[in-house]
Amino acid sequence: MAEVISEATRREAHVLAAKRSDPASPYYAGDDARRHERRRFMLGSMAALGAGGGLLRGAAAQAPPPAVHDAPPDASKVQGYPLADESYGTRSQFETEVRRRFQTATPQSSWTMTPLEHGCGIITPSGLHFERSHGGTAVIDPAKHTLYVHGMVRSPKKFSMKDIRRFPSMSRIMFIECSGNGLTEWSKPTMRTVQFTHGLTSTSEWTGVPLAMILDEAGVRPGAKWLLAEGGDAAAMTRSIPLAKALRDCFVAYGQNGEALRPEQGYPLRLMVPGYEGNIHIKWLRRIEVSDAPFMTREETSKYTDLLGNGKAVQFSFEMEAKSVITSPSGEMTLDGPGFYEITGLAWSGRGAIRRVDVSVDGGRSWHAAALQPPILPVCHTRFRFPWRWESQEAILQSRCIDSTGYVQPTLGQLIAVRGLNGPLGSIYHLNAIQSWRVASDGSVSNVHHY
Amino acid sequence: MRTAGILTNIALVALAGDVLSADAPRTTYGFGTAPTEAELARFFAPLPDGRGLPPGSGSVLEGKSVYQQQCASCHGENLQGGSGDRLIGGRGSLVNDDPEKPPVKTVESYWPYATTLFDYVKRAMPLTAPDSLTNDQVYAVTAYILEQAKIIPQDAIMNAQTLANVRMPNRDGFVPDRRPERFPPAAHSPHQSVAILPAAK
Repeated sequence: MAEVISEATRREAHVLAAKRSDPASPYYAGDDARRHERRRFMLGSMAALGAGGGLLRGAAAQAPPPAVHDAPPDASKVQGYPLADESYGTRSQFETEVRRRFQTATPQSSWTMTPLEHGCGIITPSGLHFERSHGGTAVIDPAKHTLYVHGMVRSPKKFSMKDIRRFPSMSRIMFIECSGNGLTEWSKPTMRTVQFTHGLTSTSEWTGVPLAMILDEAGVRPGAKWLLAEGGDAAAMTRSIPLAKALRDCFVAYGQNGEALRPEQGYPLRLMVPGYEGNIHIKWLRRIEVSDAPFMTREETSKYTDLLGNGKAVQFSFEMEAKSVITSPSGEMTLDGPGFYEITGLAWSGRGAIRRVDVSVDGGRSWHAAALQPPILPVCHTRFRFPWRWESQEAILQSRCIDSTGYVQPTLGQLIAVRGLNGPLGSIYHLNAIQSWRVASDGSVSNVHHY
Repeated sequence: MRTAGILTNIALVALAGDVLSADAPRTTYGFGTAPTEAELARFFAPLPDGRGLPPGSGSVLEGKSVYQQQCASCHGENLQGGSGDRLIGGRGSLVNDDPEKPPVKTVESYWPYATTLFDYVKRAMPLTAPDSLTNDQVYAVTAYILEQAKIIPQDAIMNAQTLANVRMPNRDGFVPDRRPERFPPAAHSPHQSVAILPAAK
């Protein structure tokens, strides 16, 4: 297994190295890209030579190493290790899944991807929730953190974290997806694993306070139509949000999966904008300015806009549209001989709940309804399952979802027909096409385009 | 005051989705305190019409020296990019249907508003010391980049007024989101089937 993953990582490193040394690529890393990539690759190879676990162990070793216990031949014949008086638990020493970083020009403006292939249910473990940051992970003492609300309000307000925690709370299980999820896959199948093709989506239970409740304290003035949300990180990340959306269902979250937010998710406070593209869920939220017009920040003009083939770019493409992917079997896995397999995956929509998922094992010639596993929540990962008997035949596995608005997940061909294919990365953002995995007769699974 | 509050509450109930409606009727709690003018003075966020731009000004020549000291190491001596984005060039590259040839998106070719450049440089640049430049320095380096992009003349001075008046080449390059697109369930036989490239050797 480690062998397979380090091989996948090695191949991906090659793809990325090419991008980093291409001056026309958004991932161009300057003149020394090749040198840097080469060095990184060599270090990786050396680590793999030194330890049997290869890259997997190398990546996990960055966290404080959990205690490793000898596994007795029969755990029922000896006492287990003692319970600590105080502890913060970690996963089993046998579990090795890690987020992996896409090799962008700097490790501060970068992203890491969730290993969806190994997930169960719909919740992403907090430590595996994907990251997208524009100025590194900010370190903020909650005792000193303040949220300012000003602009077109009757009385500007500032709130300490203590103030915010006094409001009546709410919780919502919902996904966040980066609009760049899948950007490598527009013109040809590029990445090997579902982690790298789809790993910029994650689901958590988020707890906080409705934004409307906080805006009420300041009193929004008539004529206001937009607000600016600003992060307290080095990028001072800013996005404009329509006021109607803010009042409808946005909230400010301090909790994630039963505890405080993870630092990389915006500790101590993050804006939640259900169903909208990930970057607008401003992390380390420090300020809201109410206005009568959008601010046209860098992120909503020069970055998170979708350039079409005709030279025009779609702006404020907020909603993440319905999308699904088979997470198992998926790229780089190998089926272990003929027999029964459960095809399983995730479906989600920023516009509502998932109503139906169909699975095809013959490249889209025939479709069969998959079982949806409760809970089935709006704007949330929904797990689907489909029983399959594999008889060593070649197969193309696909999933297609329909959401509660009736929207049907498109093929890549349908999407390209609308957006154009403007360069290798197309319109970059909002790729929600049907994913195809090819199962070869030897059981190996790979990423293909088939539409 | 009171009437406006009640109206707002009605509007909120009308807008509330399934998540908030359970909390109606809405009320206020009296949490939070009033920030001072001085506290708010550290924040800025200009609108494209120039509202919110701070006082100050800078020339192209002053900007050149700021650029060389603060920006060139990442964005290149000639603004051609490096570990930081390429800043100039690329006009005419946006209309494109070639999957092999990427468009060149720069301040010159793509950014619709000059105020955004001031805003972003001031809040997030330089990478190692964000929000460390004075307003004059930011106006100056904004002027230099716009001049190198052949958008303003060499003798231009950028300030709150002149910057808001700059018309960017791609000002009309953006269209509103017209999604959701409606896709019929796909046809049965594929017109394209592509395997991933062979493993790099």
